[in-house]
Amino acid sequence: MPRRDDIESILLIGSGPIVIGQACEFDYSGTQACRVLRQEGYRVILANSNPATIMTDPEFADATYVEPLDVDILTQIIEREHPDAVLPTLGGQTALNLAMALHARGVIGVPGTPEMIGANAEAIATAEDREQFKIAMQEIGLSVPASGIAHNMDEAREVIQRIGLPVVIRPAFILGGKGTGIASTRDELERAAQYGLDASPISEILLERSIAGWKEFELEVMRDRADNCVVVCSIENLDPMGVHTGDSITVAPAQTLSDVEYQLMRDAAFACIRRVGVETGGSNVQFALNPANGDMVIIEMNPRVSRSSALASKATGFPIAKIAARLAVGYTLDEIPNDITKKTPASFEPVIDYVVTKVPRWAFEKFPGTKGVLGTSMQSVGEAMAIGRTFPESLQKALRSLEHGRRGLNCDPAEALFDEMTDEELVTCAAIATPDRPFQLEAALRRGITIERLYEATRVDPWFLDQISQIIDERAHLAAVGIAALSRADWRRAKRLGFADAQLAWLWGVDEDQVRATRSAHGVVATFKTVDTCAAEFEAATPYHYSTYEDDDEVVASSKPKVIILGSGPNRIGQGIEFDYCCVHAAFALHEAGFETIMVNCNPETVSTDYDTSDRLYFEPITYEDVLNVIEVERRSGDLRGVVVSLGGQTPLKLAGLLSPELVLGTSAASIDLAEDRDRWNDLCARLEIPQPAGGTASTAEQALAIVERIGYPALVRPSYVLGGRAMEIVYDDDSLRAAMSELAGFGTLGREGGLSAERPVLVDRFLEDATEVDVDAIRDRTGDVLIGAVMEHVEEAGVHSGDSACAIPPYSLSAETIAVIEGHTRAIADALEVIGLVNVQYAVKGNQVFVIEANPRASRTVPFVAKATGVPLVKAAARVMVGATLLELRDEGLLPEPVTGHVAVKEAVLPFNRFPDADSVLGPEMRSTGEVMGIDRTFGLAFAKSQMAAGDRLPTGGMVFLSVADRDKETAIGAAHKFTDLGFTIAATAGTAEFLEGHGVPVATVVAKLGEATGVDAVDLIASGKVNLVINSPRGRGARADGAHIRAAAEQHSIPCLTTAAAGVAAAEGMADWARHELRVRTLQEYHRGATDQLELPL
Amino acid sequence: MKEALLVLADGTTFEGEAIGADAPDGISAGEVVFNTVLTGYQEVITDPSYAGQIVTFTYPHIGNYGVTDLDCESRRPFCRGVIVRDLARRRSNWRSDADLEAFMQAHGLAGIAGVDTRRLTRHIRDAGAMAGAFGIADERALKAAATAEPGTSGVDLVATVTTDQPYTVGDGPLRVVAYDFGIKRTILRHLGTLATVEVVPASTPAAEVLARDPQGVFLSNGPGDPEQVPYAVDAINGLLGEVPIFGICLGHQLLSLAIGAQTEKLAFGHHGGNHPVRRLSTGAVEITSQNHNFAVVADTLAGKAEMTHVNLNDGVCEGFRVLDAPAFSVQHHPEAGPGPHDASYLFGMFVELMHAS
Repeated sequence: MPRRDDIESILLIGSGPIVIGQACEFDYSGTQACRVLRQEGYRVILANSNPATIMTDPEFADATYVEPLDVDILTQIIEREHPDAVLPTLGGQTALNLAMALHARGVIGVPGTPEMIGANAEAIATAEDREQFKIAMQEIGLSVPASGIAHNMDEAREVIQRIGLPVVIRPAFILGGKGTGIASTRDELERAAQYGLDASPISEILLERSIAGWKEFELEVMRDRADNCVVVCSIENLDPMGVHTGDSITVAPAQTLSDVEYQLMRDAAFACIRRVGVETGGSNVQFALNPANGDMVIIEMNPRVSRSSALASKATGFPIAKIAARLAVGYTLDEIPNDITKKTPASFEPVIDYVVTKVPRWAFEKFPGTKGVLGTSMQSVGEAMAIGRTFPESLQKALRSLEHGRRGLNCDPAEALFDEMTDEELVTCAAIATPDRPFQLEAALRRGITIERLYEATRVDPWFLDQISQIIDERAHLAAVGIAALSRADWRRAKRLGFADAQLAWLWGVDEDQVRATRSAHGVVATFKTVDTCAAEFEAATPYHYSTYEDDDEVVASSKPKVIILGSGPNRIGQGIEFDYCCVHAAFALHEAGFETIMVNCNPETVSTDYDTSDRLYFEPITYEDVLNVIEVERRSGDLRGVVVSLGGQTPLKLAGLLSPELVLGTSAASIDLAEDRDRWNDLCARLEIPQPAGGTASTAEQALAIVERIGYPALVRPSYVLGGRAMEIVYDDDSLRAAMSELAGFGTLGREGGLSAERPVLVDRFLEDATEVDVDAIRDRTGDVLIGAVMEHVEEAGVHSGDSACAIPPYSLSAETIAVIEGHTRAIADALEVIGLVNVQYAVKGNQVFVIEANPRASRTVPFVAKATGVPLVKAAARVMVGATLLELRDEGLLPEPVTGHVAVKEAVLPFNRFPDADSVLGPEMRSTGEVMGIDRTFGLAFAKSQMAAGDRLPTGGMVFLSVADRDKETAIGAAHKFTDLGFTIAATAGTAEFLEGHGVPVATVVAKLGEATGVDAVDLIASGKVNLVINSPRGRGARADGAHIRAAAEQHSIPCLTTAAAGVAAAEGMADWARHELRVRTLQEYHRGATDQLELPL
Repeated sequence: MKEALLVLADGTTFEGEAIGADAPDGISAGEVVFNTVLTGYQEVITDPSYAGQIVTFTYPHIGNYGVTDLDCESRRPFCRGVIVRDLARRRSNWRSDADLEAFMQAHGLAGIAGVDTRRLTRHIRDAGAMAGAFGIADERALKAAATAEPGTSGVDLVATVTTDQPYTVGDGPLRVVAYDFGIKRTILRHLGTLATVEVVPASTPAAEVLARDPQGVFLSNGPGDPEQVPYAVDAINGLLGEVPIFGICLGHQLLSLAIGAQTEKLAFGHHGGNHPVRRLSTGAVEITSQNHNFAVVADTLAGKAEMTHVNLNDGVCEGFRVLDAPAFSVQHHPEAGPGPHDASYLFGMFVELMHAS
């Protein structure tokens, strides 16, 4: 059944900002789908609010709407574009939920409206509605855990009467397990059930008899419209049931299933996808298995491409999203060729001859107050995947890929953490799932605690524990023999178990280079094998490699000049999809310029690890050793011109100094170092006569105190060589300064990110209060020509991490003179640093004075936003500049259009506080946002309103605004409050704020009491009552956790928009004012970039 | 741990460690083939069709879930050896009652672990299936053994695996006689639910089978070259038209020879659980379990049989229906064991054919 000719245009709904549970995987799937559908000749209309995605690059769709993913907005898009079909299965839960809402409104999926392809409304409802799903599964003879549905607490209690405790609570229509919980006692039930009801958009929860401790498996299944079904990949979770699969260490293929069991599971998965009625595309089906007797229950199915399908695609080389898109438009599996073998069809089941391990990365350290315990609600912010020939090898590679300061499964400085625990304590700790669990398991086994005892405590399968024991046995042997006496066979065994040279260096107390040299002298070097979907049964055409320690190497020589691009590793807060965007753009640009592009990365979610993105892909950790291996093999097989280290964030940048200087493309390692070395940087600024906040560097608390003696409080304390403001803090007194220094010293001993050491001292600067923060992205070429990408003005004042702050292009309050000064400084700094490529400079503007905060000669988080806002492909240009092109040449080539003006783009951060109910949602110098959205429109106000809507906070059009702000914010708040009053809002405020506002002529309708006061309604009560439509609450002074934290938590809990700075309040007021005068209208990015928006003018 | 070597007939060598039973003189020789299944190693090792062969598993971890009597496809392993990248030290599965290594030792089966099985697989893929020898003997002895190994062409391997006495299994309503050319227990389990199955030795003449008055005759899977089993081809000739016939794998090849078609040896055969096969009558694709080095030459079926199934990877004939007699056969393994269940409807078709006749 070939391509459908009865449809011409297709609307693809993206997944919006990166949030916990929905990350780059949907950019990967959406990008694949856009490409495929356009190749097939369809007109592709794309809606996605996330500017950092590749899919929203204007060349990937015919009409790209970077607009809020909201039912009203999508309805407008549909009315404007009249697509024939809507494809909702490639944009995660967000797209699925939106499609269901559009269907409910009669906008799609009913006669006379666009058809839903991939999955129809009935199939989505069957899979997503817990009760319908269970009934459907029982109909086809599959077991499901005993359960019941509740819409309120009374119903929840009734269900428990019937099925008993413990139970898992799962809200309907949620993503990433938000709101799920486990209850073993009546008290826990009361809390967890209410939390679940609140999290479900339809206030519905499933209470399910807990099967915690059972083994968990997933199958990635595809079906075409001729009813052919295949399993792409089986996945076994190392963590048993009870830990969300997104937070589990997962392994592909399944390791401990016999064929008899596996085939039953496969039959069940097919029966499931058929019964649910997913007509075409991929689904993820999850099973639990009782390890004692093999009883199997089906847990859930996702009728769409998912995080697991991205993993399965990368794990097998079978591009699920690409094939799902083709199936959606009518093809059958046997009509689609297998991309990798070219000769065989896609209607087969991949087999692999290696083991894939995925390990999540968490960010609990950024959310003080959270317990850091894993459960049924996903909390990880990213993941790394590694390929090895065996499980121990892939596990150790995955752990070092995480870049959490670990070199593998222990055998590094951080393992000391467990030294002081008793056996009992260690086993007890390991029994609770936390990010430390794999390390605790190793430490426990290394002490001789038996596999049986650990299995009883943790339910981690004995097979996995025994595999870990093999690593331990080898370590004992390596330690006993020592580096000098090691035989070739010993070296080979060690490397085959995944030991990094860095681990061995620590074990023997020698230098890592010495380990490498000694090992190489024994002839034990990395070999590169190929991911080919078929375990070598057929010849593979796609060069997708991983390293291991075997006999031979499969990398083929080539004649083109080659460039290696180092990726950014697992997503983390501060380093995410933006850097993947940059690496992908470099791959595209350099390929077009005639280079063979070679990508190195270990993040399975990304577009960069799609084997189609670059000419050659190495799925490898971004560490010194692993990168050197790739460099060596590429040097052996052709003309390697250099390595791009400046587009993947700090991860590759940290390696710059370790590589041969002639290999580092663009800005030299020396310049990178100069920007990070505080003293030399200060000299440079002094020489350029660019003012900086006073400050200095400190390796000890005493040094820090001495600096503050000179510069005064408040002071900003930040480690060097980190991204996302890791451990950055504003301190107001000696005690907090000492505390901050001692925390950083602790990181240092454990080798953690941001750790303090003599080589990496801490920066202590005077903090400029109430300054406006400004970011600039620019490119400088080898001739000294500088292109200013954009000057961005932050909405929140300096002190809020730039990644958490909203920012606007063009600046909305800076004077032309100030902007000129900023541009001038940027040029001077780029020149002085001898930047070749991108540079990001941050400024604080106080009054009319411009202070430079820092400069980073690398791609910044804002680069994709700048490109989307201005239409200038910054990274493509920068990549070319790094390999020698000049800006002039690029202008001649037409690669550098003039930036478009006439509209305003606002980037807003998206924060994960709903995942961490115990953490305070106030913004500060430590970045905590997971993603971003862009609002784009004719005015700042409208763009800001759109950005808030896209970030999930629809600004209210009327009602009550609650204000409670710190003293320093009160002046700013007056302006906002006046605007709100003018718009017809009533004002509520805490006593202090109310008094101040009324003193300045703002009528305050409701004055609330202090929390806990006996009389009157307090802020939390007021918010809980549902009367408040917008909360503006800024913290008092040093992040006080008293009233403010409770107010913000209440707003979070009741899903009321909450702004935590007065400046954002002013911006919101402006947005609401503009919105009151004009409807929000949608435009394509293509229209904005053409400057075609003038014809669509709204009168202002 | 004993270091061991694998030496192929063309001189290529691989390092590893000896596992399983000790082989006489430290040498095990046979034709080296690879199998790509991710699960089902025990079924593969005990499948009599591997007689004369050394099985390389492309999946690196073998033995993870141990072994159980329930998963044996025959009374013992008939393959000559097992090559793996990593043999599980500890098994984990509620069904298992022993370790794979203990099972190998109990059955005198030697193996070699630690081998770069991907390099070996690529070598066989490019150079074709070839003889090899492995063990703790020295390289020269292994090379000599590999060179002396005849391989699977030109020898009757069926005679080495078939039952010597007829026996009966199953209690289904129909009566079926099954030729044992190396029959798998999973096939017998399937047939046994449909029929009372009398299993007979490979050399049983047609008349003797017909004397048992069966409603259908089943031609089983088995090892090696179909042309080396002429007595079976003769018997099938005597049965064609007399009784409905269903053949699997070697049985399929023998049926083709009986109707005058030809077979050939493939470069490295099909051994795995993921081959797509199109059922031509419906166009549907089924994922199949495969294990064969020889195949029916599709063109030679013309005028005699209609092709019913084709392999989508390489176009090999996967099934046909005889034009003038109630007989059909498939190259792949609808019984699975190991492998997917997609083609199990073929047993139902056999029942229909018996009812129709």
